[in-house]
Amino acid sequence: MTPSQRLDATFAALADPTRRAILARLANGEASVAELAEPFAMSQPAISKHLKVLEKAGLISTAQNAQRRPRKIEGVRLAEATAWLEAYRQFWERRYSALDELLGQLQAKPPNSPRGRH
Amino acid sequence: MTNRLDISLPTDREIVITRSFDAPRELVWDCHTKPALVRRWLLGPPGWEMPVCEIDLRVGGKYRYEWEDKGRGKTMGMGGVFTAVNKPESFSSREQFDDDWTGGETVNTQVFTEAGGETKSVLTVLYASKQARDSAAASGMTDGMEAGYARLDEILAGL
Repeated sequence: MTPSQRLDATFAALADPTRRAILARLANGEASVAELAEPFAMSQPAISKHLKVLEKAGLISTAQNAQRRPRKIEGVRLAEATAWLEAYRQFWERRYSALDELLGQLQAKPPNSPRGRH
Repeated sequence: MTNRLDISLPTDREIVITRSFDAPRELVWDCHTKPALVRRWLLGPPGWEMPVCEIDLRVGGKYRYEWEDKGRGKTMGMGGVFTAVNKPESFSSREQFDDDWTGGETVNTQVFTEAGGETKSVLTVLYASKQARDSAAASGMTDGMEAGYARLDEILAGL
């Protein structure tokens, strides 16, 4: 996947409130499917579907060494998503800093400048 | 800091960019709508110029922006049509980049409010779809604008 496609997958996975809640839970530590299903009024298969989306997007992984196969969060994709917003923010901040400068210049002109007297 | 830039994603299809300026609203309005002023700040990356900046500020009126990096022979253009003009509070437009990295038209709404000598600018960009919003902001900004993304590139390269 290109970086752009990865971001698409990340944001698509993050678009669902259940999946965001699952990620919030996993941010506190790994958990099994049964543990993850507990707070939701959802069956384990329904939760498993969400977990598949999250795993496909690289946001979580499954530990293979334990029998309960706990899921854990993978921070890298989330970091990418955060970086995207940060880059977007920097883009606008640069533009608006230029506007700050222009507004400063425009307001620094004396009110009775030669231009205004004509 | 009062001038802090805030970016929010209130819905699946929108990006809202909020920023305050130390200037009266009329002046901020002029800087967004008069070509001679717009081209002084609505810049691309360093080295890019804005040879075309045309604005017909009325409902149904068109605008056209073009940027150029002469050193590398690169150009980028976009245009739109105004759908509402309420000087000096707000204007709306439908907008599209020439290479359509925004995945269809966007509907832009720019609102200015003045309080205590400051003007707050709220720019809402509504994309054609959630997919369009996410991919436009992620890939289009980097491909098209090439600005300020060295950091993102570094992060992505380090993964």
